[in-house]
Amino acid sequence: MDLVMSKEAIAGIVRVFDEHLLRSGADCVLLVDQSGNLIVNRGDPSNLDVVALAALSAANFGATAEIAKLIGEEDFTLLFHKGKKENIHFSRVGKNYLLIILFNKDVSLGLIRLKVSKALPQILPYLGEE
Amino acid sequence: MAFIDLSKGEVQCKIVYYGPGRGGKTTNLLYIHRAMSEKIRGKMVTIDTKGDRTLFFDFLPLALGKIHNLSIKIQLYTVPGQVMYNATRKLVLKGVDGLVFVADSLKVQKDKNIQSLENLKENLADENIDLKDIPLVMQYNKRDLAEANIPLLSIAEMDADLNSELKVPWFEASALKGRGVFETLREISKRTVKQVSRKLLSK
Repeated sequence: MDLVMSKEAIAGIVRVFDEHLLRSGADCVLLVDQSGNLIVNRGDPSNLDVVALAALSAANFGATAEIAKLIGEEDFTLLFHKGKKENIHFSRVGKNYLLIILFNKDVSLGLIRLKVSKALPQILPYLGEE
Repeated sequence: MAFIDLSKGEVQCKIVYYGPGRGGKTTNLLYIHRAMSEKIRGKMVTIDTKGDRTLFFDFLPLALGKIHNLSIKIQLYTVPGQVMYNATRKLVLKGVDGLVFVADSLKVQKDKNIQSLENLKENLADENIDLKDIPLVMQYNKRDLAEANIPLLSIAEMDADLNSELKVPWFEASALKGRGVFETLREISKRTVKQVSRKLLSK
């Protein structure tokens, strides 16, 4: 199953990222698939190796899903890592994709979560998932 | 699962180096990383390696130029070879587009090679993929050890063990010295891109 994204679909996703996530203070937003392919990235990824971030995030999410199974959960739908200055929020998009948001300490986690819940249903149709 | 981005004109494919533990999968990637110019390769990521074993995976992205106005990006992954890390291997195999099976030529590793290939078949079957349907190249690694008088499996024996049914292209290699590394990479890239573009055109 290969994923082919048209110009329009990419533009649509970028629009959702800009409107909901970057405007709320996220530094950088990435959409990746579960095999580690980077699909869209937006925001300011300076000094950031987004290709490696995509691969590591997909693996991280997969590993966490295995942990979930060990404790009797199907998987975890979101993950959050807190740093001193920068934080990272991962959420599952449909069955096969992952949304990664980098934001700094001035932005609240609650706001990011709220905005993710607004953005997700708008991204899904572009990926052929409901 | 290849990803085709029509807005950037880009194809991304995932190639996984599979095989028994300590067979030279990471050494292949390290050699490619060292020998390629920075224009072509991205940063190599190696996760948490204990001693000289890979615990999770290695990752190396490459940009291989253009075909029909589409730029080809390939991501190379290795898996941990040790039997106990099967859950990790399955994770890394997710969405694989092409495979290199790195077999260990040491005589004592004969059974480990066969076991690892069986394990690959099983793991792919869990993802509903038949090994025969996916681009695959064999690499018979560590051929240089013959010079040190270490008992090796003959190529014919390895081919009979691993490749008698599959009949895929194979290469003799010494990943440490770089022999056969690029031949293997070239062949698997060609086959993977061909298969991805064939699937794309049939849509």
